[in-house]
Amino acid sequence: MLIYTLKRLALAILVALFVSAVAFVLLRLSGDPALAIAGEGAREADVEMIRKTYGLDRPLPIQYLDWLTTILRGDLGQSLYFRTSVWSLIVDKLPVTFLIGGLSILFALALAIPLGVLAAVFAGSWIDRAALAIAVVGQALPTFFFALVLMMLFSIQLRWLPVSGSDTWWHYVMPTIALGYYVTPPMMRLVRAGMIEVLGSDYIRTARAKGLSTTSVVFKHGLRNAVVPVVALAAVQLGYLLGGSIVIETIFALDGLGYLAYQSITHKDFPVTQAVLLLLSLLYVLLTLAADLLNAFLDPRIRVA
Amino acid sequence: MMDTGIATPAPAAVEIALPKPPSVARRMFGHPGLVIGLALLGLCVAMAVLAPLIAPYDPYTQNLDARLIPPVWLEKGSWAHPLGTDNLGRDYFSRTLYGARISLLIGLSVMLISGIIGTTLGLVAGYFGGRVDLVVNFIITARLAMPVVLVALAVVAMIGGSLLVVILTLGLLKWDRFAVVMRSATMQVRSLDYVAAAEAAGASRLRVLAGEILPNVFPHLIVVATVEAGSAILLEAALSFLGLGVQPPLPSWGLMIAEAKNFMFFSFWLIAIPGTALAALVLGINLVGDGLRDVFAPEGRA
Amino acid sequence: MSGTALTPRRKASLLEVKGLTVDIRTPSGPLQAVRDISFEVDRGETVCLVGESGCGKSITSLAIMGLLPRSATCRAERLAFDGIDLTTIDRHRRNDLRGNRMAMIFQEPMTALNPAWTIGEQLIEVHRRHIGKGDKVARARAVDLLAKVGIASPAERLGQYPHQLSGGLRQRVMIAMALMCEPELLVADEPTTALDVTIQAQILRLLADIRRDLGIALLLITHDLGVVARIADRVNVMYAGAIVESATAAELFAAPRHPYTQGLLACLPRPGVTMAGDRLGTIPGVVPSLVGGITGCAFRSRCGHAVPACAAPVPARTASPTHTFTCVHAHVGEREPA
Repeated sequence: MLIYTLKRLALAILVALFVSAVAFVLLRLSGDPALAIAGEGAREADVEMIRKTYGLDRPLPIQYLDWLTTILRGDLGQSLYFRTSVWSLIVDKLPVTFLIGGLSILFALALAIPLGVLAAVFAGSWIDRAALAIAVVGQALPTFFFALVLMMLFSIQLRWLPVSGSDTWWHYVMPTIALGYYVTPPMMRLVRAGMIEVLGSDYIRTARAKGLSTTSVVFKHGLRNAVVPVVALAAVQLGYLLGGSIVIETIFALDGLGYLAYQSITHKDFPVTQAVLLLLSLLYVLLTLAADLLNAFLDPRIRVA
Repeated sequence: MMDTGIATPAPAAVEIALPKPPSVARRMFGHPGLVIGLALLGLCVAMAVLAPLIAPYDPYTQNLDARLIPPVWLEKGSWAHPLGTDNLGRDYFSRTLYGARISLLIGLSVMLISGIIGTTLGLVAGYFGGRVDLVVNFIITARLAMPVVLVALAVVAMIGGSLLVVILTLGLLKWDRFAVVMRSATMQVRSLDYVAAAEAAGASRLRVLAGEILPNVFPHLIVVATVEAGSAILLEAALSFLGLGVQPPLPSWGLMIAEAKNFMFFSFWLIAIPGTALAALVLGINLVGDGLRDVFAPEGRA
Repeated sequence: MSGTALTPRRKASLLEVKGLTVDIRTPSGPLQAVRDISFEVDRGETVCLVGESGCGKSITSLAIMGLLPRSATCRAERLAFDGIDLTTIDRHRRNDLRGNRMAMIFQEPMTALNPAWTIGEQLIEVHRRHIGKGDKVARARAVDLLAKVGIASPAERLGQYPHQLSGGLRQRVMIAMALMCEPELLVADEPTTALDVTIQAQILRLLADIRRDLGIALLLITHDLGVVARIADRVNVMYAGAIVESATAAELFAAPRHPYTQGLLACLPRPGVTMAGDRLGTIPGVVPSLVGGITGCAFRSRCGHAVPACAAPVPARTASPTHTFTCVHAHVGEREPA
């Protein structure tokens, strides 16, 4: 297990480096950072001076290495737009995004697992078809549209929930639903497929032959085996959610990482954009690794080899 | 040696003729999801193709005297503008019709571009295996680690938004699913006997890939293609919603929702109509994809 | 074929099966897997159901235990365990019986245990469910039983997972699991088929010992006449969903009456009789399709003694008070005494 983990960790770091390089090149190509720093209408001489001061006239690979070493020292640079350290910005906004991402995944699991189990136990019946129909429609609905519909319904019409902001727990209800429903269908299908396969296996027949209750058979014996790949998928989906929360954060005025990235992109704030891209890809890679490890851990055949 | 008398059996026919399994066409029409999907998709295609003929107005023409007129089923609505008008007085029905063109164009072209890239990578990785597979896997993992929305936003912010930019950006980013599925499908097919037979007969690599492998991974390809087309349409809508996709005054459904956001409290139809259109189109595409997969390989249903 | 007189009536049988029919829904139509069979198992008795693959013996065992798949429908004139009518019983009482008074072990030990739970937990949960005297008592019993079935260091085994045990060990665990609540009937569906030959012998010996020590009735499903010879008191030979011959083990091997049984026995080499180079018998042909039902004798397409009368419903015949068979002919190609 240990060697496996180390190998995957090494791969994860390699991928993160690669992604950071791509991100770096992409952003440097977008325009002249010196110009952005200098501001509009600056004189050519000033821009030239800035270029020299920041070392922006050196070859690209050198700049990358330089940037990389700086990052590894923990210095993420200064935000051009916010005029504070990038690190402090990220630390400030990260909790909100994590919270939404985490709540959304939990919401998705809370929906996907029961629906998937029901669909599998009653496979082929109207319950199954209804669950699949919900899944199929859910995957077709644009996230931002659904968010606006929720807002219209629960904030404006019914006045149950606050419209936007992030002050109370109630503020997180709609964003969680809006973000979580989109990743529910793939997980529900995975639960369903896994349960159908598991419920047809020999050890389920043995469990029934022992006279165990249906609950015990389905959950203790069935779901316990079927849920393993789902948990792994959930970890991966979390990575996807963290990167895709930008739309939700914008609509609900949540001050998270996604919104920060949006602002930095529209204001050409390279240090922030780079840092956020790097952070998100690192997170994704780590979450994928966690998913693999979870998979291995939850299956006794791998854990107790 | 014993004599048990069991030497020559008396042929008594006890067989029953089994009915033939239904043909592919019959299975297609018997599948409710597929039928509904084709209907929805067909409707959108019809809207897009016939837009110039059916649209009562030009989608770009503004009429500041006729702003924010509700659709015909609400009070103050009229058949002059069956789906109402937006905040610049543009007829919503016409804009919705022309919006179908944009969405379908995006879906189709992104699917083609990403499909070519991803399928090539997947075929190559699955067929050659070894180091090639490792490299391709690494590239796929690296691509998966990049948050697509953010990268797309960044690129568009750099170059400036337009239909072409969005298509190229999404096409160059969204090939991962193609690569993954094609890779595993190729690996499965590759080990089958008739591939070995073709190779033994001396067929060139390209021939084997094109002639033996590609036709057999085709069903998987179709399913992924539909999923990716739908996904691309939703992505473009999200980008346009954020202002970094297609630019006004193009009637992209996502853009229409963005423009309507400020008026949503009193004129929710401005959001509901393009949103529902988007959902219907993507639903149709997904149903077609699911249905095709069920028809070709029912065991994999889920 | 009427299900009334195949076995002579006995008093207070533990398991009564009369007129059992099982149909399975298939895309091509209903398949009659079990056609109107009847037999009984007394307390402490070992009864074997013998037949080739697809003859319906496994389905019979599943029907008795109430474990048929959803696509199967089962009806019987009488299906009773210790006088309890199993056809009208409700689901909860059924569950109360299973694993408790009637237990079952299956053919594939490699897949019959849940990979996610320890052996101990899977043993204890049966006890917990039916006896409910606490986990400590259950644990003690589990250790006790594991030792009885011949597993070394039983206490340590409790903490192990199925994948850490070999096939033979797993089958022993299955047997221990079936015995946790002291059942009166043990249904064993081809328990040794998937095991190595040497392990087979061990498991059979174990089953025989258990039967002797605990007085359990054993319903053993098998296709292997060798197994039957070692352990059976009574034998029911099945073909194409019907019982074609029913006798004590001694009677069956000494003087089989049904052509199919004779054919089966001819396929076995007999030590001391069959010489090197002799040809073993075969039964040409294949089992007929059971879709849509069969009239008359199902074996007639492969029988060397078939006559036109075989197409009509076949009479049940009695060779002795304990030996019955269904055939048009009263006497067919008797074997020479061994």
